[in-house]
Amino acid sequence: MTTDAISTDVVIIGAGPVGLFAVFELGLNDMKCHLIDILDKVGGQCAELYPEKPIYDIPGLPIVTGQELTNALMKQIEPFNPVFHLNQMAESLTKTDEGKWRVTTDAGTIIECTALVIAAGGGSFVPKKPPIKGIEEYEAKSVFYSVRRMETFRDRHIVISGGGDSALDWTLNLQPLASKLTLIHRRDEFRAAPDSVNKMRELVAAGKIDLKIGQISNLNGAGGQIESVTVKTDSGEMHDIACDALLPFYGLTMKLGPVANFGINLHQNLIPVDTEKFESDIPTIFAIGDINSYPGKLKLILSGFHEAALMAQQAFHYVHPDRKLRFQYTTSSSDLQNKLGVAAE
Amino acid sequence: MKLYVTDLEGVQHEIEAMPNWTVMEIIRDGDQPMRAECGGSCACATCHVYVAQEWLAKLPPMEDEERGTLDGGFEVEPNSRLSCQLIMTPDLDGLKVTLTNDSSN
Repeated sequence: MTTDAISTDVVIIGAGPVGLFAVFELGLNDMKCHLIDILDKVGGQCAELYPEKPIYDIPGLPIVTGQELTNALMKQIEPFNPVFHLNQMAESLTKTDEGKWRVTTDAGTIIECTALVIAAGGGSFVPKKPPIKGIEEYEAKSVFYSVRRMETFRDRHIVISGGGDSALDWTLNLQPLASKLTLIHRRDEFRAAPDSVNKMRELVAAGKIDLKIGQISNLNGAGGQIESVTVKTDSGEMHDIACDALLPFYGLTMKLGPVANFGINLHQNLIPVDTEKFESDIPTIFAIGDINSYPGKLKLILSGFHEAALMAQQAFHYVHPDRKLRFQYTTSSSDLQNKLGVAAE
Repeated sequence: MKLYVTDLEGVQHEIEAMPNWTVMEIIRDGDQPMRAECGGSCACATCHVYVAQEWLAKLPPMEDEERGTLDGGFEVEPNSRLSCQLIMTPDLDGLKVTLTNDSSN
């Protein structure tokens, strides 16, 4: 082990409901976990796509929203002190001389572990990229899908496109330092926090930003430097808007990402596993939840919970090879109750 | 019942349509590319399709939620709909839709 690496029993890629519940099953069997997730919050799709939507098919919970389920799982796994590495993408996987897995994230976090659990759902959430011809040549030069440093945009002529909270928040945040800012949205209605919409409208009324209704159909520029965007209005008119930076905010989409390069056997972007241990073709690498495939697979949260429980049995043999696995119930085992911090005095 | 789906190459496919299924589910069941990342909860715009003009008036009107979620789509046109919000009924037998970069690229 190198000095800069964190050491743990299990690394879980993906902090959605299934990754979170895996912490519980692994914890009951004395395995410590670190979780990596590209989002800035836990809960995966439950928190990102449908935090307010009710889910009706979680056993024992007749109705629960995505966010409530996430909160409940966080409470349930609290006794096991999982460590979260959020806003990070698991980028590479290598084997150490000692036979451990070494996971490196795009933020430079290095974690070494005995077993790896991929609970990445539909993949990493990444910004949607507009299907505009030639946009790739501008990306990271004058087209940006996120704002790392606001100073990058000082005194620039910015175009922001989109009608949600990200588009509005960055419009409000970047307006004071931009030389000019134009917000482009396909309709004159915004699905964002009403307060942000009001502030944006005030800036438009004060002449501090321009609001253009339409959709970007073309990018104009050279050598990666954007010079203008062509906006098509509802009536089909084309307008060029000069700019030197474009920030498209259309929400997130799911891409498998670097996991595809980990050397694990994939089939149609899913990880085939057995149904006894939910292990991939590489021993000690497991896949649970929506990302795996096996005959009869159902992409349900409850299936992922079951998979997590069985995975943890096999992971135990890898993490604690000298110990005998004892199957116990939380209702009756004082050993498990101690781990959960609920044992009677 | 039939659903006619035109893919990104412009090829039309005839698909068996089941009553009360969403158009998104029917396209997916018919083995045409359909991302539908959120699984039909009107949250992602990756089931965006164009509806043939002659069918537009027969569809139930768009609700605010669908209109808002379409903001996450690209190349949105007046005949754009989210196929997870279109439920197949006998009135819609023969419905024609075209896949988009959002749904199928």
